[in-house]
Amino acid sequence: MPVERVEGFRSGRTAEQGEEEFERGLLLTTIDRAVGWARKQSMWPVTFGLACCAIEMMATGAGDYDLSRWGMEVFRASPRQADLMIVAGRVSQKMAPVLRTIYDQMPEPKWVISMGVCASAGGMFTNYAVVQGVDTIVPVDIYVPGCPPKPEMLMYGILRLHEQVRTEGSFK
Amino acid sequence: MSAVGVAERVRATYPDVVVARDEASVSLGREDLLPALESFRADPALRLDFLSSVTATDWPGRDPRFWMVYELSSNDLRHRLRVKVGLHEDDLHVPSVTGLFPTADWHERETFDFYGVVFDGHPDLRRILLPDDWEGWPLRKTEELGGVDTRFHGAFIPPVDRRTP
Amino acid sequence: MSRVGGPRDGADARGLSATSTREVRQETMIINMGPQHPSTHGVLRLLLELDGETVISCTPIVGYLHTGIEKNTEYRTWQQGVTFVTRADYLSPFFNEVGYCLAVEKLLGIEAPPRAQVLRVLFCEMNRIASHLVWLATSGLELGAVSMMLYGFREREQILDIFEAATGLRMNHAYVRIGGVLMDLPDGGMERIGDFLQMMPGRIDEYERLLTRNPIWLQRNSGVGPLSAEDALALGVTGPMLRAAGVARDVRRDEPYCGYETYGFDVVTRDGADCYARYLVRIEEMRQSLRIVGQCLDRLREPGPVMVDDPKVRWPAQLEVGPDGIGNSQAYITHIMEESMEALIHHFKMVTEGVSVPPGEVYVPVESPRGELGFYVVSDGGNRPYRVRMRDPSFVNLQAAPQMIRGGLVADVIAVIASIDPVLGGVDR
Repeated sequence: MPVERVEGFRSGRTAEQGEEEFERGLLLTTIDRAVGWARKQSMWPVTFGLACCAIEMMATGAGDYDLSRWGMEVFRASPRQADLMIVAGRVSQKMAPVLRTIYDQMPEPKWVISMGVCASAGGMFTNYAVVQGVDTIVPVDIYVPGCPPKPEMLMYGILRLHEQVRTEGSFK
Repeated sequence: MSAVGVAERVRATYPDVVVARDEASVSLGREDLLPALESFRADPALRLDFLSSVTATDWPGRDPRFWMVYELSSNDLRHRLRVKVGLHEDDLHVPSVTGLFPTADWHERETFDFYGVVFDGHPDLRRILLPDDWEGWPLRKTEELGGVDTRFHGAFIPPVDRRTP
Repeated sequence: MSRVGGPRDGADARGLSATSTREVRQETMIINMGPQHPSTHGVLRLLLELDGETVISCTPIVGYLHTGIEKNTEYRTWQQGVTFVTRADYLSPFFNEVGYCLAVEKLLGIEAPPRAQVLRVLFCEMNRIASHLVWLATSGLELGAVSMMLYGFREREQILDIFEAATGLRMNHAYVRIGGVLMDLPDGGMERIGDFLQMMPGRIDEYERLLTRNPIWLQRNSGVGPLSAEDALALGVTGPMLRAAGVARDVRRDEPYCGYETYGFDVVTRDGADCYARYLVRIEEMRQSLRIVGQCLDRLREPGPVMVDDPKVRWPAQLEVGPDGIGNSQAYITHIMEESMEALIHHFKMVTEGVSVPPGEVYVPVESPRGELGFYVVSDGGNRPYRVRMRDPSFVNLQAAPQMIRGGLVADVIAVIASIDPVLGGVDR
């Protein structure tokens, strides 16, 4: 990876200190790449299937559209062992605190995919009972529209998330 | 028995019977509900021993405003009867039928949850589908549909174009 | 218990010191299962009170998927109600649609044309097979037969491919409309269904070879979760749970709709009244559904209309499946945009205002894979429903869960909930 030297960066440093910083930057960049690759390589989702999208999520994990190509077929039941939450389905007002609790129980780093229009924006249910978009409760990384999204759409969303994770850098 | 036959049989005791679209429907007063259901079950020509559904409808221009609807059917004789009980909005009580039909348990809780109808004698009358501390009876016609302006637990969901990232 | 060097500080042979009185208390433990749990078939919460491993009491708490479907239908037109209602019990969307449309058609006093009724039966029975496959897959997964999950979803993909070719969507199709169905089968649809019929019986035999006499499956299901016929009827339970207790109650036989009285099929019952009997009932129901689908294919050989002819009721457009789902066909778009102003106005009015349904109330039951799915629909004469109540079978069947779980072991809770086959979308609506 080419390294660019920023003009005017040196401020009161000696040549040796500059060299040392350059080498540390290279090391951190390499670590970044390694960590990013490792994080996206086997991202384990937590079982958070709520409604119809959950069935499509199960179909994505099953044989025909296989999620284990990316190491993701292990849906961990315990959020402590998971690093991805795919909110699949409509979130009702009663379920919202549970959603937040599960999200809080996941250890860092964690990502959220909002699967389906009900999770993304309330879907067709603009009424008293459904939370109009799960991003009002948890921070969402990828929105996958559809009612329900086909397994290929969910896989595309997951792969975009992988790209995002691979390149985002580990020291946020 | 056909719907007309059921209606004729019921009309002897409870005259307010209607047959429409091949369905028989009898309207009762609140105090007649439990004796009527017992007699419908015991009557050898009716044998209405299966309760399919308990619900209510809100007619806010009319008096009585709330109408309870009980769908009865017979396992052996394969006919149906609808029982309706009218309730006034300032006296929203009706006896619970869980003693006769244990299946009414959750149906009555749901009707209480949606309309605020109190079932006297129900073993455990509390909300079932909505959160326990929800205010209001959502399926009444006077309540709004809600959605982006819903407030719950102090949280307020604004419309999508007014949300900040 | 032998102790080296003899008892110390006056302790007796059990090791309990005479000077320290240790009370052994017995308390029951209250455990919360769910709502986020891999094995509860959705967002179901169970409060279990345990004495050791025995369940003393069980309280299901539902409502975590409440969507307000019933209220929402009151704010949309009659046709739009189909799209709401189809998402309630999301594993059997065709049944929701058929029940709703039958209720509205009863209010209107019309009947769908015969070919539409055959198509409704065809898709309903294929949906029944798909729903039972999901049940088998998830139950197998929860009880440890992980390969059953893969087999079940593999066959389900075949069915969903047929659905997608015919309706444009894999789930929640909005295919059954008031007055008929949306579109006829696509070209080659009948051959595809025929191929599916050839393949499926062998696969069901494969599932039976895996599970039916499997000692682990037998031990986990036999004698577990008993529900006698009297208890089931008193609790309002219908469907495979009731038929596994020996009661031959099936809405298709007792109150036939869509021409079911003309099809030859058996109402499957068993006598065990436990989880194993329910498993046997559902496996056999899949075979009976295949039988019905074969009869439907024979009846589809003659062409016919799939939507009623009344212009005040029928969906105005001709639709076809395009590259991105269902859309108006090119011929129809040409017709309304270029050829006929009246057709455009009519299309506009039908889509925005919809159908006007005479006032009244009806209750129409259909036999969904889980039991009696009833629609109580009230109209006040307008173009919007006044009240749509879905009597969902899972809602009522789940009431029987405490009865079946009480007195059993904790591990049996999973088997019992699996055998009820609840779909929380239907429970909570």
